[in-house]
Amino acid sequence: MVSTDDSRESGPAASLLGGDRHWSAGTPPKDVTGWSITALFVTILVVFAAWSTLSGIHSALSTVKSESLIGTAILVLCGVAVLALFRPAVQSWRQAQEAKRTLAGSDMVGARVATAASREFAYVTFGYAAVVVILLAVAQFFIANNLAVSQTFFQLSLIGSSLALTLKAFWTNIYIFVVAEILVLIWGLIVAIARLLPGDAARPVRLISTIYTDMFRGLPAIINIYLIGFGIPLTGLPVLKDLSPESYAILALTLTYGAYVAEVYRSGIESIHWSQVAAARSLGLSYMQTLRYVVVPQAVRRIIPPLLNDFIGLQKDTALVNVIGSIDAFNQARIIASNHFNLSPVTTVALLFILITIPQTRLVDRLIERDQRRMRAGGN
Amino acid sequence: MAMIEIRNITKSYGEFKVFNGLSLEVEEHQVVCLIGPSGCGKSTLLRCMNGLETIQGGEIRIHGDRMSGPGVDVNALRRDVGIVFQSYNLFPHMTVLENVTLAPVKVLGQNRAEAEAKALHLLKRIGLEHKAKEYPDRLSGGQQQRVAIVRALAMGPMVLLLDEITSALDPELVSEVLNIVRDLAAEGMTMLLATHEMGFAREVASKICFLYGGKVHEEGPPSRIFSNPTEERTRAFLQRIIEAGRL
Repeated sequence: MVSTDDSRESGPAASLLGGDRHWSAGTPPKDVTGWSITALFVTILVVFAAWSTLSGIHSALSTVKSESLIGTAILVLCGVAVLALFRPAVQSWRQAQEAKRTLAGSDMVGARVATAASREFAYVTFGYAAVVVILLAVAQFFIANNLAVSQTFFQLSLIGSSLALTLKAFWTNIYIFVVAEILVLIWGLIVAIARLLPGDAARPVRLISTIYTDMFRGLPAIINIYLIGFGIPLTGLPVLKDLSPESYAILALTLTYGAYVAEVYRSGIESIHWSQVAAARSLGLSYMQTLRYVVVPQAVRRIIPPLLNDFIGLQKDTALVNVIGSIDAFNQARIIASNHFNLSPVTTVALLFILITIPQTRLVDRLIERDQRRMRAGGN
Repeated sequence: MAMIEIRNITKSYGEFKVFNGLSLEVEEHQVVCLIGPSGCGKSTLLRCMNGLETIQGGEIRIHGDRMSGPGVDVNALRRDVGIVFQSYNLFPHMTVLENVTLAPVKVLGQNRAEAEAKALHLLKRIGLEHKAKEYPDRLSGGQQQRVAIVRALAMGPMVLLLDEITSALDPELVSEVLNIVRDLAAEGMTMLLATHEMGFAREVASKICFLYGGKVHEEGPPSRIFSNPTEERTRAFLQRIIEAGRL
């Protein structure tokens, strides 16, 4: 009759179940007293280390005559707060004892629950202790050599007096990256689409856009800014030679980051399943209409996180414009720093760069979440 | 002359010959069911008919006019020949209504209000009017597939290709999709179905085509193919379908 391709074993049927089968999950829980003792021991060590560091901070502050009642109160508070580590450690010990007791009373389920709780409390202790240790190390670094680190990087009086000037210069950075980001969004998409055009006719276009991305991704941004910022004025080309340094920076950063962002767009576009293209094309939409209404809108949603990554990179690279003499925040801060022989204004700029990125990250997370809640199944 | 004539087409993927001189004729208002083992070219044949894939030899004619090869306006061809896919392929970033109206607005140039009225009318007909503002992900598979059929119908196609449209559905959702196909057949829509639903094929098909070896190996009315196939291969295929409890 029907000939089947698959060859089943013939003869006396071999069992599918195999021989050696037995239950394994019913064994009593392991003893966790060791973990809880370790947790207690670690807690005691960390508390002593914390107290010694806190008293170190206090004596350092008094040598530079900047101790105050509030400062001391905060230090004491920290000293008390670190005692909270004992809570999970003691709980871990208690649950370990509970586990032993219940096991003796042959209550297997109770013993398992207590064992799991004891282990969990021990891990909680280790987790918090590790973070306290890292914070203590940082604190030690700052008070070393009579507060040398704090004085060099965080001289509050200088930060305060130079803040207005630094903030004003930071507007230059903001102006450069906002304009560059808008241009990069458009330029990157054009390059990505050029690189993905199908057919023989588009071969040279694909080639030139590939060469462009390869070149400008490989070229360091600082060299690009330098060449354009100093080179274009020397060429004497009409209009182009008279642009401001900021405009040259925008041009250079757009060329560099356009190459990065084109690759991000490309990966996003290529990640859209071909069946979406098939569906759109089979409805009679043209290639460009399919890109415009079906592929790119979906791709953009996927590439927002890596896009933000590149934008943060671009924002930080606005600090490179100091090589062509533009007075941005970093350049301004360096001038103040060399006048006062202290790096605190540069620290201000560093903090400004960090501060502007955090709300962007949160905003993007929020947008993605909202978009997904709208489109995904479950919960209105 | 048949409305659609597929003549002696060939197509290979590397060494593998999908079509090796396949011929098939479809009359207007006919429902043709393509059956056959996986990889026999059922889906590929449908995709060649609306230009999603190209054939290497032979030709496809509609009303005697050649619709394969260079120079064919594929965008116009696809307006005439609609297709519905196994995995629905709705656009996840658009609501049901936007899915249905996109092509009528952008391709046919209908104004939005007109297109939406037509779309809502069609959605009402399949009982999904209340889902018009929902995104596809919130719909069951059966509902998504019904929307996909409506999306194809909104373009007013002359022929509809259905590519295993119930294969991805839970069994209890199959009937709601097949009911629409049944209604379309009753209204006289010309359709080609690639399907594994043998019971349904037996019920609605005017003609069953068993694809094997890159050709239509055997064709005939469902009553004959299912009860008295003449070819050995057809019998073997149907025997396995029976063993799987599907016929």
